[in-house]
Amino acid sequence: MSFLLPCPHCGPRPVDEFAYFGEVTRRPKASPTLRELTDYVYFRDNVAGPQREWWQHRDGCGEWFLAERDTRTNDVLSVSLPGPSRPE
Amino acid sequence: MRLPPQPGELIDRSETLRFRLGESELEGFRGDTIGSALFANGRRVFSRSFKYHRPRGLLCCSGHCPNCMMTVDGVPNVRVCVEPLREGAVVTPQNVVGRLDMDFLSVVDKVGGPFTPVGFYYRTMIRPRRMWPLYERFLRGVAGLGRLDPHAGHSRRYDVEHRHARVLVVGGGQAGRAAALAAATAGPGVVLVDEGSRLCGHDLPGVEELALATALGIWEGNLVPVDCGTVLYRYRAERIVVATGAVEQPLVFPGNDLAGVMLPEGARRLARDFSLQPGSRAVVVAADEHGLESADVLRESGVAVPRVVDLREGGHELEAHGRRGQVRRVSVGGDSVDCDLLVVSGGLQPAYALLAEAGARVEYDESRGIFVPTELPDGIEAVGSVTGEGLERIVAAPAYEGRGKCFVCVCEDVTTKDVKRAISEGFDSIELAKRYTTVTMGPCQGKLCQLPSIRLYAKERQVYEASIGSTTARPPWAPVELGLLAGRHLEPTRRTSIHFRHEELGARMMWAGPWKRPYAYGEKPEGEVHAVHDSLGVIDVSTLGKLLVEGPEAADLLERLYPNRFADLKPGRIRYAVLTSDGGRIMDDGTVARLADDLYYVTTTSTGADAVTAWFEWWNAVWGYDAEIVNVTGALAALNLAGPLAREALQRLTEADLGPDAFRYLDAKHVDVAGVPCLALRIGFVGELGYELHFPSAAGEYLWDRLVAEGARPFGLEPQRVLRLEKGHVIVGQDTDSESNLLSSGMSWLPKMDKDDFVGKFALEHFAEREERERLVGFTMEENVVPPEGAQIVVDGWPSGRVTSARRSEQVGAVIGLAWLPPDRAEAGTRVEIRVDRRLLGARVTHGSFYDPAGERMRA
Repeated sequence: MSFLLPCPHCGPRPVDEFAYFGEVTRRPKASPTLRELTDYVYFRDNVAGPQREWWQHRDGCGEWFLAERDTRTNDVLSVSLPGPSRPE
Repeated sequence: MRLPPQPGELIDRSETLRFRLGESELEGFRGDTIGSALFANGRRVFSRSFKYHRPRGLLCCSGHCPNCMMTVDGVPNVRVCVEPLREGAVVTPQNVVGRLDMDFLSVVDKVGGPFTPVGFYYRTMIRPRRMWPLYERFLRGVAGLGRLDPHAGHSRRYDVEHRHARVLVVGGGQAGRAAALAAATAGPGVVLVDEGSRLCGHDLPGVEELALATALGIWEGNLVPVDCGTVLYRYRAERIVVATGAVEQPLVFPGNDLAGVMLPEGARRLARDFSLQPGSRAVVVAADEHGLESADVLRESGVAVPRVVDLREGGHELEAHGRRGQVRRVSVGGDSVDCDLLVVSGGLQPAYALLAEAGARVEYDESRGIFVPTELPDGIEAVGSVTGEGLERIVAAPAYEGRGKCFVCVCEDVTTKDVKRAISEGFDSIELAKRYTTVTMGPCQGKLCQLPSIRLYAKERQVYEASIGSTTARPPWAPVELGLLAGRHLEPTRRTSIHFRHEELGARMMWAGPWKRPYAYGEKPEGEVHAVHDSLGVIDVSTLGKLLVEGPEAADLLERLYPNRFADLKPGRIRYAVLTSDGGRIMDDGTVARLADDLYYVTTTSTGADAVTAWFEWWNAVWGYDAEIVNVTGALAALNLAGPLAREALQRLTEADLGPDAFRYLDAKHVDVAGVPCLALRIGFVGELGYELHFPSAAGEYLWDRLVAEGARPFGLEPQRVLRLEKGHVIVGQDTDSESNLLSSGMSWLPKMDKDDFVGKFALEHFAEREERERLVGFTMEENVVPPEGAQIVVDGWPSGRVTSARRSEQVGAVIGLAWLPPDRAEAGTRVEIRVDRRLLGARVTHGSFYDPAGERMRA
């Protein structure tokens, strides 16, 4: 893991400056079943290919942002700040 | 014996350097390598081989092979053939039991053959099983190369430096220099690295040159770590030009590992660079023009060359005979020639390893008999002979069989017989055979053995080399000291603003996460506990995480982050707060004070500040509330003034009304204390009347001094742990772990399940329905023994629980603690047994606080 990741604020930086927070998950609505909850808390799609994921520029500007990254090649296809609209 | 001075030699004869080999004092010249200086002093055997302990001498003289690895100044596995000689160097041979010329373990070579075939360690020394300790002791003694001095790591300092280059050229040969110069015409930022010293004397305008610098590999993002001895440069390059050239390949024949068998470049370097005669009578056997040319070099240096064999003219039987591990006679084509030097060359193989690591494909070039790189990734180029350009067709027969051992791999002592045996045992793919025989897995990483082993494989299996393929050489390209990869040993330490006052007061400092904190100020923490109970104590709690959460929707954010309620918290009031994950697990705890309608002050555990900040910010990125989170941990100092006299003492320093009704338990107020603006929080972690003062760090020592002057006795972390345990207060991470939830930790009162949503709510709903597996409770020991953290609790002979905290409390008059127990044993008054040093000691389960259960003292 030594690829470059473009921070939406700071531009391309070595990936070690960032904290990875995993793929974007869908938080269940009120009172999920145990299966739905377990799926959300413990299971990940773990795709081989483009994946939307959370990153934080921890040792830089501190911003949380979304990146679309190909997990096979570490090519970062796009990055974006979470929009003003609430995802849920 | 040196040759007369010649142009181009690297040694400076005017400066003599002294060094030691074992007991002998030796001399060399400035410019020598340790290897050339040893050779000049008549040393021919440099090391003992890995498995058979056969004597080995200089082979490549280029830092590729393992033959010259020695321990230099305590650092093992130094290739002395390329290690510059320095004054006072202490060189010791390695992998030797006895002396270099008399190694007792070489008995393995003489008689061990039938007992140590390829892969013997997978099959032998397994039975009888009770013999294993004995086997293990023996194996640990003989395995590996060199011996690491456990104290050496601290004597060398390593650094890592990040650098950028527009164009990074790896390899300072003709092609590399030309590429660097060409790149430099387009602008600055061109760096040329070479592992040897051949760049010396070349002036390349516009190019930054790094000599004795080894590029270890090419990682994604065009990252190239460059080993410069004690500094590792991590280069990021827009473009990388690989000009690593080609590596001379040895021949495989009986006796091919004797000292005196050399590759052409080895002989050339000794003769030209160090003005040494590589031998007195030499035979040259080569499969290419480049190898045959070495005969001329030798003759110019005064070496007799009675026989030159061109392998392209047809195969010859070849065998080297030696005495005491050194070449004495060579049989070639039916003749026998006396000699002390045998220069062999099996042609040149592109050194493509860096390119392969970067993602290039490697292909067998049938017409030339070598592997060449193709399909280079973007941003990476190759120039010169690494591409196969200008390399000759190699026709040499793969191996000559004879009576003696023919080594395919000198690093791992793998012979042709071993490879054949592996094939006959069914290891018929090159990747399997590599792992079974360990060929190419030694220090040279296949530089000298990949091609010969693949050729031998092809011959034995009667297939084409192309169908065998090549194994993957993984980084690093050359051996590297682990210390260099680790960089300088740095452990960041956080100190509070009152740190040096603690030291002046004689505090014993201890690590608490990244912080240094006072353990206690005297030998007996009990005295500090007494002070808090009976009069007044003060503790530096600046390490607490401190966050400001501000904005119109700050209340909504906290309401949704925490299981309990914060929207209805009145400004000026405080609530205990526990953070849970969506898995329902306890993550951190602290207090939340509402300072205004849109402003909250959050404290976290000392180690949790950064994680909690990131957690808050992440959820806020997900939800998009109009709230800002600011981590003010470092900006503010905090002191907890606690004890029955706390109110009177503090009142003497402030004009604010601290009366029990004006400043109630769990009130938060802005108060000026001795002129310092403080946020005062009335909370009771240690169980007595107390005020936690948060104020600008710059005033840390001042306010501390003022409070001490008012009679507050400093107390450390250890007394605080006793005090909180007396109250049964949980420390997150100490008494809870990643499996603990609010219900099992005795805090089922905390989550407000009627809230619409909070992080962890869904999981808690399910926990509530599920049968409880364990519960956190208190216990009192029957005897005056403190069980260690993690001590086992035994029920009916079965381990059923564990102790998380235990201390002796003089206030309670017993040893008390917290423990996880199965629910059927968690009722108050139940007797359980705790294992301490093989003994089972009785304890009684308790619930709630051990001390002042009603909490009257802290609410006073």
